[in-house]
Formats: sequence, C-alpha cells, structure tokens
Amino acid sequence: MPGENTLLEIHDLHVGIDGNEILKGIDLKMGPGEIHAIMGRNGSGKTTTANVIMGHPDFDVEKGDVILEGESLLELEAWERARKGVFLSFQYPQAVPGLQVGNFLRKSVASIRGEDEAKGSVFRKELTSAMESLEIPRSFMSRYVNDGFSGGEKKRFEILQLMLLKPRLAVLDETDSGLDIDGIRTVSEGVNASIRGTDSAALIITHYSRILEHVQPDMVHVLLDGRIVASGGPELATKLEERGYEWLKEE
Amino acid sequence: MAKRGVIKVSGDSEAREAVGEYKAGWHDPENSTIRFDFGLSEEVVRQISELKEEPEWMTDIRVKAFKHFSERPMPTWGNTSMLEEIDFENICYYLKSSDSTERDWEDVPDDIRNTFERLGIPEAEQKWLSGVTAQYESEAVYHSIREDLEKQGVIFLDMDSGLKEYPEIVKKWFCSVIPYSDNKFSALNTAVWSGGSFIYVPEGVHVEMPVQAYFRINAKNMGQFERTLIVADKGSSIHYVEGCTAPSYSTDSLHSAVVELIALPGSHIRYSTIQNWSSNVYNLVTKRGIAHEDAKIEWVDGNIGSKLTMKYPAVILKGEGSHAEVISVAYSGEGQHQDAGAKIHHLASNTTSKILSKSISKNGGRGSYRGMVTVSPKADNCKLNVVCDALILDEGSRSDTYPTMEVANPSARCEHEASVSKVSDDQLFYLMSRGHSEEESLAMIVNGFFEPFTRELPMEYAVELNQLMALEMEGSIG
Repeated sequence: MPGENTLLEIHDLHVGIDGNEILKGIDLKMGPGEIHAIMGRNGSGKTTTANVIMGHPDFDVEKGDVILEGESLLELEAWERARKGVFLSFQYPQAVPGLQVGNFLRKSVASIRGEDEAKGSVFRKELTSAMESLEIPRSFMSRYVNDGFSGGEKKRFEILQLMLLKPRLAVLDETDSGLDIDGIRTVSEGVNASIRGTDSAALIITHYSRILEHVQPDMVHVLLDGRIVASGGPELATKLEERGYEWLKEE
Repeated sequence: MAKRGVIKVSGDSEAREAVGEYKAGWHDPENSTIRFDFGLSEEVVRQISELKEEPEWMTDIRVKAFKHFSERPMPTWGNTSMLEEIDFENICYYLKSSDSTERDWEDVPDDIRNTFERLGIPEAEQKWLSGVTAQYESEAVYHSIREDLEKQGVIFLDMDSGLKEYPEIVKKWFCSVIPYSDNKFSALNTAVWSGGSFIYVPEGVHVEMPVQAYFRINAKNMGQFERTLIVADKGSSIHYVEGCTAPSYSTDSLHSAVVELIALPGSHIRYSTIQNWSSNVYNLVTKRGIAHEDAKIEWVDGNIGSKLTMKYPAVILKGEGSHAEVISVAYSGEGQHQDAGAKIHHLASNTTSKILSKSISKNGGRGSYRGMVTVSPKADNCKLNVVCDALILDEGSRSDTYPTMEVANPSARCEHEASVSKVSDDQLFYLMSRGHSEEESLAMIVNGFFEPFTRELPMEYAVELNQLMALEMEGSIG
C-alpha cells in the first residue's frame, strides 16, 4: 500500500523482452523530495528499469506493478505517463532533424504543464535562467533537437528539459556518462535544483559513483542480474567504488 | 491554395464531414456559362481560340501543338500504367463559369466567391500579398494587383488578358522556354491552354511581397490547362506563389500546366507551389526557366495531393554566373505516386545549382525522385549540389531515386548525397516521453524532415503546410 509519503512504488516487477527475462522481481519505494540511485554493471537491467518506468513499448511487463502517486502506470502510454509527471533523461537522446530546440521545448512544456505555462515572459525568463545555469548558449534554441550535438550537449539538453518540464518523478539514465567533471557538476546542480526542497523525486541510474558525490542520494540500490541485491545509504556507493561489484555476488 | 482552406474547414464540422479526409474536397454545383463537349479535336482547339478572340499566330500555335499532341505517344517511362488510364476522350477541355474577370471580390459570382472564401483567399490577399489571381475551371474569375506596383509598371494579369493587352511581349516569349513539342503534355497545354498568369516586372523593380495565383477545379472530368509566363527584366525580382485544389470525384480530372520563366540579367525569380489536388487528379506539369547572366531562379515545389504527379521543374543556366535552386517536397499517401524531381542544365561558366528533394511515403504511397543535371563542355567552373532524402513511414510504401549527372567539363565541382530512412521506434519514444502522442510525435518528425523546404515558404504557408501534414498523420498509427 502506498502511504502518504510514497511517490513511486515499484512492486515485484518482472520484465522481459523477446522472451528473455531481464528484471526478475524489483521492489522500490521513493518519497517526495528524495533522490535514489540505482547502480550496477552493464547488462544488470538498469536501462530496462528506466525504460519500463517511462513506458517503452518493446518491453513486456510479466508481473508486478509501477505505481505513481497511488496510480498504476502500466496501462498508460509514454506520453500519458509524461503528462502524469514521469520524466526520463535518456542515455542516448534521439536526434530529430528539422525540429528546432526552442519550438520543441515550448511544445513539450505546453503538452505537459499546459498551454499557459509555455507562453509569455514568465516562461521566457524560466527558460533563460535554466539555460544560464546549465551554461547553454542562446544559439542552442535554433539548432535541431540532438542533431549533431556532442555527448555533453545532449546531456545538458536532457537536464534543461528536466528543469522546464518539472516532473514529479525524474529518471536519469546514465546522465553522467560522456560528461567531464565540470559537466557533471553543472548537471548535478540542475538535478538538485529540480528535486531538493520540492515534492518531486529523482531516480539516478549510473555506473559510477562520480555523479553521486554532487547529488547526495538518500538511498543507493545495487542491481545485479535483474534483482536489487543491496540497498543502503550513500556510503554504499563509496563502498562499490572502492571494492567493485564482485563482493556482492559472493554475499 | 488548399492549405488556406484547411484551417477554416477543419473548424467547421459540417463541412469536414462532407469532405472526409481531403479538406478542400467539397464541390459546388456546376453553373457553367460555356461548356465544351468532351473530347478533343482540331475543331475544339480552334473554337477555344475563336471564343477568346485570339490573334492568328496563337491559333496557329494551338493547332500545331494539337497535331503534335495527337501524334506523340505517351511517355514510356514513369508510372506508365497510371498514365495509360487517362481517357483523353472523357475530359472537358474548356469550361467557363463566369463572364468576366473581376477586380473586386464582390463582383465575382456568389458561388465561386464562396469557394474562394472557404479557401481563405480574400483574407490572405488583404494580409500579405501584392496581388492575387484566382482561376476557377478554365478562366480567371478574380484578379487584383496593388496600385503601387501597377504604377511602377509591373504587369500582373491572367494570361488571356495578358495576350489581349500585351500581345507583343507574349508573342516574344510564349513557347520560348518550353516549345510545344517538348513533350506530350506541353503540346496538350499549348493546344488548349486557358488562364494562368502573365507577369512582367520592369527593370530594377523589386516586388517585395509575394503575388499569388490560386487554381481550383470544380467540375467533374475537367481538364485545367493554365499557362503561366513570368518575365523578370534586368535587376528585378519577384516571388510568385501558386496553390491548387479540386473536389474529390470518383472519376479523374487532369491538370496539365506549362510555366515558363525568363530571368533577364541580374534578376531573381522565385516560384513557390503547394500542390494539394485531390487524389484523383493527374498532375502532369512542365515548368522551366531560363536564367541569363547573374540571374537567379528558384523553384520551391511542394507536392502533397494528386493521384499521379509528374513534374520536374527545370532551369537552363544560359548566362554566366547564373544560379538555380530547386527545393521540393513530396508526400505520397495511399494510391498516390509523386514522380517529381528537377532538371538543371549548366550551359555557361561559373554557374551554380542546388537541388534539395525530400519525399515521404506512407500507406503504400510511392515517391520517386527523378533528376538530371548536365554541364556542357564549354561551361567552366560550375558547381552543383544534389541532395535527395526519402523518409518511409511504413512497410509497403516505396521510394525510388533516379539521379542522372552528365558532366562534360572536368572543372565542375559536383556533390551528390542521397539517403533513405525510416522513422525509428526510439525516435517516437523519445518524443512521446515529452508528452506528445504518437501521432503528434510522427507529425513532428515529418515536419522536421520537411523543414529545409518549409523555411523557404512565406510564414503563413509554412504554418499551414505543417498543419496539413499533421492532418495527414492523423489516423496513421495502427
């Protein structure tokens, strides 16, 4: 039962693709204002978890549930989930040639937050200040969505969308990969500004603990072969950084 | 311009219900004042000319063209099976619905005025056009040009009035770029042409706002054969915009236009078309321009409607330093074949050209790019760039590319790129994760794909083309 303080609940989630089971029973609970991290090696099911929360059609949910604010998301399409407040920062954001960044942002804000929120000087100020904090130049607005972007530009653009779309739940899939130290710091500040002190929550999916130094997670979960094998405070991330994942396998 | 109609009609549920999928597809009762029998003969050709009280030289060209048309076989390339279905005997070659060409919308007969009002033409004229001509069936029914342009000597008339008032200019240039014997359909047009636009821009005059012509077929089994001639004198410039629609009937109509452009030294002609005929119209059009020294000709050509379009806007780069651009998009839906492309001939040195072709096929539609660029042996230091991109939206839709380059001068710099892509699930998922439904996401991808074309259009057209494509994407997700 999701309590008053539960924003997201994942319950015994089993997910497969093309007949192969990838997630083998995941449980997770997050409250408003919390930041959790899921760590794990390649192939452990991290990106699948992110995609299933957002509603990628390729994955089959065989069992379990994903509940946002007391409502199951599983029957909803990705765009409906987005309007309920789910956001995914993609590991590999897709290019859409010909679709201008400025236009896309305005349309996305309009569809998720409502037409009125995407108009006028308030929105323009919001946009300008978010771009400044992410050190994104104005010329960005007339470029095409992710078309010819560097790895770092793509990640900053994802966080810009996070800041403007103001989701209840932000899932960040490997947002730190492809970023240098300064990039990680900038992006982390964006995440902190969007979540800390609000009633939203973020689930950070990562390989390394670097980003977690800047975004202090409330909880760290370790994913291994489709199962969460350990959960703990931020110290768990440090331990993984020092000792790797092998010791968990042995336990 | 069907796109102008899209907004109005889609807000009107009754009209929308009546026209179904194609938003400019309603038809008015046919109240013609003069209608010829079906079928074509030398007699019909002579009657058309006589009715229009034409000079003898024009009658002669018509008759010669008719003979050529009769003898010339159908093209043996392109979609020959669709071409074979054209029944030339079951087409009406001349139909007149109004007795005169008016200069005030109020004077246009009610039913015809209503049609154009539904399409939003009078409104557009007030807002952002220098001049408008509206053609209904065979004849122009409305025509206007801004006074200041008239004072500067700009001539903008329907072609029949042009021939009456400026016979010497028409005689000098008529058939000079596209001889009647160019192809079967240019011969047909020359034999039975009626309406179209005649424009002359005097030396050094820049027409700042676009002028527009709007063609609509209303009657069943109708042939529309407008003839357009634009002469831009030295150092002048003009942007001409053309739009077309027709109602949907179960039998096919034929539109076969000829457009000739003459860009004298240092002038600039841009010719933009959004063709949105209903899906039972054969659209077989010959468009060609000649660019003299340092002149520039641009064809901006959008093909959304029709059953079969065969159209390859061409530029002959005759003068040194002249430039040609052909930017086109084609959308082929169910039962449609857009066979479009471009032709550019570099006859002089230091000439440059650019072709950008974008095609989308959906629901079994077929898009073909057919292009030819030639460089003659005497033309040094020419630059040519050809890019053709195709986007296929589903299985069973088709895209073909037939590019030809004949370069007989080794100093030419040629670039050619072609790509075929499909919309990926990951692309759709990305956009959907930002709150856009699958149809909206697909429309974003499609409009993005067309963007290099859309940005060349006047803004009102660009917005409406985007809306039109969004409508085309409706119901496309299974």
